[in-house]
Amino acid sequence: MSYLSIEHLDKSFVRGNLASQVLKDINLNIAKGEFISIIGHSGCGKSTVLNIVAGLLDPSLGGVILDGKEVRGPGPDRSMVFQNHSLLPWLTVYENVEVAVNKLFKRSMNKRERRDWIEHNLALVNMSHALNKYPQEISGGMKQRVGIARALAMKPKVLLLDEPFGALDALTRAHLQDEVMKIQKDLGNTMMMITHDVDEAVLLSDRIVMMTNGPSATIGEILDVKLPRPRDRIALADDPEYNHYRRAVLSFLHERHRLH
Amino acid sequence: MNANVKLQPASTEPVSIVRPSRAAALMQRSGRYAVQQLVPPLVILLVLGVIWEMLCSGADAALPPPSQVVAETWELIIDPFYDNGGNDVGLAWQLLASLQRVAVGYLLAVVAGVGLGVLIGQSDWAMRGLDPIFQVLRTVPPLAWLPLSLAGFQDSHPSALFVIFITAIWPIIINTAVGIRNIPQDYRNVAQVLQLNGFEYFKTIMLPAAAPYIFTGLRIGVGLSWLAIIAAEMLIGGVGIGFFIWDAWNASRISDIILALVYIGVVGFVLDRLVAFVGQRITRGIPAN
Repeated sequence: MSYLSIEHLDKSFVRGNLASQVLKDINLNIAKGEFISIIGHSGCGKSTVLNIVAGLLDPSLGGVILDGKEVRGPGPDRSMVFQNHSLLPWLTVYENVEVAVNKLFKRSMNKRERRDWIEHNLALVNMSHALNKYPQEISGGMKQRVGIARALAMKPKVLLLDEPFGALDALTRAHLQDEVMKIQKDLGNTMMMITHDVDEAVLLSDRIVMMTNGPSATIGEILDVKLPRPRDRIALADDPEYNHYRRAVLSFLHERHRLH
Repeated sequence: MNANVKLQPASTEPVSIVRPSRAAALMQRSGRYAVQQLVPPLVILLVLGVIWEMLCSGADAALPPPSQVVAETWELIIDPFYDNGGNDVGLAWQLLASLQRVAVGYLLAVVAGVGLGVLIGQSDWAMRGLDPIFQVLRTVPPLAWLPLSLAGFQDSHPSALFVIFITAIWPIIINTAVGIRNIPQDYRNVAQVLQLNGFEYFKTIMLPAAAPYIFTGLRIGVGLSWLAIIAAEMLIGGVGIGFFIWDAWNASRISDIILALVYIGVVGFVLDRLVAFVGQRITRGIPAN
């Protein structure tokens, strides 16, 4: 029994009397606590899949079922970490998380519990030192940490990550990947991540969903990554199994489904 | 300073010497800043005053030189708060009367302008319906509204308020609408994921995101209202700095007119800076995205 299932998903964008099919017959079942990456070339519609799961876009055909309920429109049970962090610049780090917590748990938590919950989530991403800083006063990596804390604080059933580390430098990216792995190990979140970084996909995922090129993109192949956790990037660098997975994704992207 | 440190015994803390010198450096720097900022305008003012004095010193000069302006208006300058009853009151009272009108008319324009701006920023239908009308109406000069509002209100006071209102409202509407149209999709997505309702969205996302634009409109609006009130008061009479100028012209007191112009300029400048300051405090200097 899958926790999140995407069934027969089609998506076409209509402009005037021209319809262009972006996604065709996407089927995917995700178990609770699983980490799924979707990888594919730019423009293959991987972000469209995530936006449909988030409810920010409606599917043309098919649908998404989360925990037995059909997804209709956006909601906090599918919180999202955006590529460009989307923090509100007029609010401090603390207030950015507070907006979400106050909206969602106004009734179920008292003031003190809410404050503890906000601080707890910011501590999870090591941002306790900057609670009163404004987004423009902290680095890109820190902004993304706050974005992750805000998403986690919503207690989502599934956490959606839209190229969360794409705008970061390589060192910061590695650091944040490790932290996301640690958070997922501790909290057991179901996560779905869009990426175009092969190493990131192999390191973080339980399964890698590889998409064919558009138009009418669909799932080309799903790769099971059976590397034991916790995973250590340095140990894995020389690991033949790791390199085998890496090779499999690279060959899918660059041999069988290369961009012309 | 280095030499000083070397001469001291090893046990003394050199840090204690650095502290006051840093404060002194700060003082020196802010002092230098003030000099840099104040000297050029004062020099230019002096030069312009001298040129003016030379140009208007001749016996057949049409306008008085600055020395004569100060001499003739000295009583007005030293006692802005006298009140001899009727229209014969000090310049401070005249300015206050004008400012009061601007305050009322402008505040009404702020409320209505932000409201209408939100409406046409949010609704495509309202945008299509109202925008062409606004684009035409905003080009009507403020004074052209005056006869119509006198006819409508049958009284000079509400007519003056209406002229302020109708002058200030257009830039406020247009800038608010642009600000709301430019709210990044990211912020809208955040609001959607959180399922913010209309009021929560307005309060947490829309107003702060559009604030830099709104304040641009408010700043243009306050400048225009100050322009309009002077002109309107020249026509409707009664009290106010605009009326004072017209009255002075009728009595051929050219020096009074010049003094009033100085006051109007200074007040207009202060109004502009005041709105800019409030905007700066509220948006905390976050630029429009």
